[in-house]
Amino acid sequence: MNRVPVTAAIALGDDALVLAQRLGEWAGHAPVLEEDVALANIALDLLGQARTLLSMAGDEDQHAYLREEREFRNVQLVEQPNGDFAHTIARQLYFATYQQLMYSELATAQSELEQGGLAALAAKAVKEVAYHRDHAVQWTLRLGDGTPESHERMQRALDALWRYTGELFQPMEGLPVDLPALREPWLAAIGEVVARATLTMPDGPDRTPWAAGAGRQGVHTESFGRMLAEMQHLHRAHPGASW
Amino acid sequence: MTTAPAVEEATESAFLAAFDAAVAADSRIEPRDWMPDAYRATLVRQMAQHAHSEIIGMQPEANWITRAPSLRRKAILMAKVQDEAGHGLYLYSATETLGVGRDELLDKLHSGRQRYSSIFNYPTLTWADVGAIGWLVDGAAITNQVPLCRCSYGPYARAMIRICKEESFHQRQGYELLLTLSRGTAEQHAMAQDAVDRWWWPSLMMFGPPDEESGHSAQSMEWKIKRHSNDELRQRFVDICVPQAEILGLTLPDPDLRWNEERGSYDYGDIDWTEFQQVLRGNGPCNEQRISQRRQAHEDGAWVREAASAYAAKHEGGAR
Repeated sequence: MNRVPVTAAIALGDDALVLAQRLGEWAGHAPVLEEDVALANIALDLLGQARTLLSMAGDEDQHAYLREEREFRNVQLVEQPNGDFAHTIARQLYFATYQQLMYSELATAQSELEQGGLAALAAKAVKEVAYHRDHAVQWTLRLGDGTPESHERMQRALDALWRYTGELFQPMEGLPVDLPALREPWLAAIGEVVARATLTMPDGPDRTPWAAGAGRQGVHTESFGRMLAEMQHLHRAHPGASW
Repeated sequence: MTTAPAVEEATESAFLAAFDAAVAADSRIEPRDWMPDAYRATLVRQMAQHAHSEIIGMQPEANWITRAPSLRRKAILMAKVQDEAGHGLYLYSATETLGVGRDELLDKLHSGRQRYSSIFNYPTLTWADVGAIGWLVDGAAITNQVPLCRCSYGPYARAMIRICKEESFHQRQGYELLLTLSRGTAEQHAMAQDAVDRWWWPSLMMFGPPDEESGHSAQSMEWKIKRHSNDELRQRFVDICVPQAEILGLTLPDPDLRWNEERGSYDYGDIDWTEFQQVLRGNGPCNEQRISQRRQAHEDGAWVREAASAYAAKHEGGAR
């Protein structure tokens, strides 16, 4: 009997896949060689998570390459374009902090869902995302408390992405984690880093007021379709081929 | 002190004799050992060129990361490009043992005073090019680099041992990628053949000019930085590739390619050295693009590197 919570596996898998795709765009463009290595490493961890999660819900390539934009269930935060290095780091800080909290809960969730392999995936992923978060924290400190230019860029990035953070804490069907309850510890964790980095917590709205919803409802932002077009075009150009 | 120059000369010749003896005995020269200035300069030139090739070489392959046609292939390609950044890091660290830092070498790369391998001035036009680069370009690189694991300079030789292990994985993934395409649909097979047609000759050029025209070779062989001549290595590569192409079900674009019983090797056609010279001079299809992307990434990243230095200066001693 298949006990995999398919909706949750797809949502978490899409988050990881889309962020891996965005981070993959950095290859060969990073500000220092060490960051070419680090960003690729993070992308590879996320891609690994995505493959495990999407495979729980069927064929990984079918999910990744043959769904339309409206069928993807990732949060809008992960699809946001890389922007400058500060934007990429702010996206990482927000998302890795969320993933760490969520996977820690999921790894210890006592429920029948464990049989679906989610808990095992979470136990492995939580170690990976702890490193991702540390990477983002270290850079947030350096950019925030570096030069006036880096401080301004980092603040702008935190502010610009803030409106995509509320969506992270929507309840998710089939996921044995109380996501709304993670919002407080997430705010505390982000607030602590932002303060140490001599930055200010953003104070704008943290979600869109649009009734249609956001990423978890399959409603995405404009750049996402273009990202998918690039990701999927070769696979789709050769229906049925193996690679 | 009229005797000083004579003493210095005597000391220098004693050092040189010790260096020559170490090279002759196949011992490794280490960073703190005395070495002739020209030996040091040759190593810096070669190792820097190698490091630059790794980081410029990320570009033609990274070109396909976002479009890889399966998640498995995407993961393999990302890991490969990441390895190349890592190879760049080891090699720049190895040049530091000779007293030359990464920043100085990057400056020379960006201003065109140092080179990278010309092969990366060719474009990756289809997915099959990722396979052809793995099979042919990495294959040629391994043929060149395996002897460097026994190079007389210790830090370079040790970096090469690690690099060669990873390169051999790269070569196998390229071969396997091409095999999958070759045995796939008619379109995939054609894509693989087209890629091999375009990459074969440039790969042969990777071994450098023919022995009689190779400027740096003789001295490097004497110093055991280089262990085999360009033509020897090229022949070794051709002999390895021909049977592999047969298994792949792909042809190599050389009508003169045939087995020579007498030599126990494959004869191959004339290489177009005019093309090689042109690409070397900066007129290849992607010279401009590769170096401007590199410069752009470096310039765009300047504020990030400055922030990291400023932070380090502020928090010196007091870890946060």
